[in-house]
Amino acid sequence: MDFSFSEEQELLRDSVVRFVRENYTFDKRHALALRDDGFSRDNWKMFADLGWLALPFAEDDGGLDGAAADTMIIMEELGKGLVLEPFLATVVLAGGVLRRAASPAQREAVLPGVIGGETQLAVAYVEAQGRYNLADVTTTAKADGDGYIIDGHKGVVLNGPAADTLIVSARTSGDQRDSSGITLFLVDATAEGVTRRDYPTQDGGRASDIDFSGVKVSSEAVIGDVGGGLQVLEDSIDETIVAIGAEAVGAMTALHSATVEYAGTRVQFGVPIGKFQVLQHRMVEMFMECEQSKSMLYRAAMTMDNGSVETARTVSALKVQIGKSGRFVGQQAVQIHGGMGMTDELNVGHYFKRLTMINSLFGNIDHHMRRFAALDTAA
Amino acid sequence: MDIEFNDHELAFRDEARAFFENTYPQDILERARAGTGPTKDDMVRSQKALFDKGWAGINWPKEYGGTGWSASEKYLFENEMARADVPPIVPFGLGMVGPIIYSFGNDEQKKRFLPDILATNVWWCQGFSESGAGSDLASLRTKAVRDGDDYIVNGTKTWTTLAQHADWIFCLVRTDADVKAQEGISFILIDMASPGITVNPIITIDGGDEINEVNFEDVRVPADHLIGEEGKGWTYAKKLLTHERTGIAAVARSKRQLEKLKKITASEPNGGGATLMEDDDFRRRMSEVEIELMALEFTDLRTLAAVSTGGAPGPESSILKIKGTEIQQSVTELFVEAAGYYAMPYMPDRNEPGTNEFGVGPEFAIHAGPRYFNMRKTSIYGGSNEIQKNIIAKAVLGL
Repeated sequence: MDFSFSEEQELLRDSVVRFVRENYTFDKRHALALRDDGFSRDNWKMFADLGWLALPFAEDDGGLDGAAADTMIIMEELGKGLVLEPFLATVVLAGGVLRRAASPAQREAVLPGVIGGETQLAVAYVEAQGRYNLADVTTTAKADGDGYIIDGHKGVVLNGPAADTLIVSARTSGDQRDSSGITLFLVDATAEGVTRRDYPTQDGGRASDIDFSGVKVSSEAVIGDVGGGLQVLEDSIDETIVAIGAEAVGAMTALHSATVEYAGTRVQFGVPIGKFQVLQHRMVEMFMECEQSKSMLYRAAMTMDNGSVETARTVSALKVQIGKSGRFVGQQAVQIHGGMGMTDELNVGHYFKRLTMINSLFGNIDHHMRRFAALDTAA
Repeated sequence: MDIEFNDHELAFRDEARAFFENTYPQDILERARAGTGPTKDDMVRSQKALFDKGWAGINWPKEYGGTGWSASEKYLFENEMARADVPPIVPFGLGMVGPIIYSFGNDEQKKRFLPDILATNVWWCQGFSESGAGSDLASLRTKAVRDGDDYIVNGTKTWTTLAQHADWIFCLVRTDADVKAQEGISFILIDMASPGITVNPIITIDGGDEINEVNFEDVRVPADHLIGEEGKGWTYAKKLLTHERTGIAAVARSKRQLEKLKKITASEPNGGGATLMEDDDFRRRMSEVEIELMALEFTDLRTLAAVSTGGAPGPESSILKIKGTEIQQSVTELFVEAAGYYAMPYMPDRNEPGTNEFGVGPEFAIHAGPRYFNMRKTSIYGGSNEIQKNIIAKAVLGL
């Protein structure tokens, strides 16, 4: 049993901590979030130079063959800094799909650009009617000569505005909610028939709704097996949940520290409000939620690489845990900060918003509670 | 024990419903329903419409132009207002400073201020909180120093809701620094057009700009703008805060919001071929909130009934504030949950109905996040919920 990190991992953490300290002061982040593109290409280049973009990919693909724990370390520290660069969308989610299922030719075509920091990716898989059900797909890809024609609408595509290449889930066979018959495609974001509506998100990020209207792709655009895309998507999203779980743990930890610090300096009734037992207990509860979330995160990260039913179940457990803990820690941090917690000029509200959105992403508490119960092999 | 409404009350309800459906400006309701209102103009016109009908001074005694309504009538009216999506009455004039003036002001002040408050000819805001005086309001530092026939006011008030529209502000100021904190506080009315006042907006986490910081630099205020006696401001304010607490329960509004949520979830897909309404987990959570609200509605009615048989609401009104705000927050949270992924888009510019031509999620989802974030303020303002629990512990339980 060993919960310690390797020397390399500690160095990795240090480098992310340093990046956040130097580049993510409140003012710098605020300015970035308000910019049209919503993140900094210079920062992204720095991610590439530091090797973070190469980390999860195989050595054969120019990567560093990192472990789940490495991504976890990066995401936890990025979470503390409320970092806006689309590491999650490009490297973890889209990268995860490519690592799992892309052909050598596809990897060769896309990954060098990702690792080098020139290429941005996004996965277009959300459909409004499907809510959190990844199998509920009405976007179609109809065989047409040597290729396919894609028609449909995808929502809330994270990093959609910046993406050069999209990964799109579309139905090649079967009925609307069948688990087989879903195929993943690589689609050039500038292809004819692709129309984007870009918008900022509540947490300062960027996303798009994307229309696909008669978009032609060749058969080389198919990622993995025709009709077998759902499992790839599900596994990649499970991996992404661990990453966003780490981000949530980072955000909660930072929020809790900020709250404890504030309670120690904010004086009302002649004493720091941290002296009031009711607030002390509240902050202890926040602390316990942070610790429980961290434990669940480690648990999920450690089972990540074995690909069993237990992995999926633990991932859902993590999503439930961070959903609940994130809500409590976020709400109470705002409450204890009082009016200041409601202002845009303090980080507190921004962490709270990010934690709220993290619950809305990749399945909320209810969704993962159900999945957790359904995957119970004893049942 | 009788909760049946009599014929007179039912007729009143029908009259109110007909008024909101016919006479009342319908464009205000349309904007409220689309989530694009109310504008300042909407709020003013809305209250003027109520005034023209004789329904502006809901809690005011008849002698000052109030409705003189019974508890049942007030209850029915609140429900009809919420049912029609009428914007809530801005509380600062009609709900707060009006009652203070008719309770503690002199005849001249009553004559001067009350008619304009009742008719919403002037916009009022509240200058209580300061950056150093939140929950510990009595530690406030804004000073008013007597100078001939004037007071000279210096200091900064904060979290001042809608001060950007205000013609007048009612303030708690320190007139005596040498006595016990509560005893050195006075209640004074200040014309916002006075030289030396600056208003700076504070942007909130939902992107809104309804709250402000109001700075006073050597602002001259005629001494006859003082309400009641010097040093009694704290006593007056305490009475006012109890009024504020009951208004804060917003039972009828929460009922209306829950109704809307149910309507939305009846058609919102759950991803499994059914609707969210048919989703056991979501439905259970809606039911939990609804049950809390059913109980609170009767707690509210019990308080209203007690008030109508004499006196101001007691410290029990803190229950209304705590439970009412918790329910408001839970309902807005359910909207976020119902929106799923579509809670994410942030589109503050989408102000006009029908501009969602690209179909970025369902219409309600655009407002879900910001409202949830904004409603976190309710357990902080009006005396935080922690302070309300202290009040109950002390004043009700005698601890």
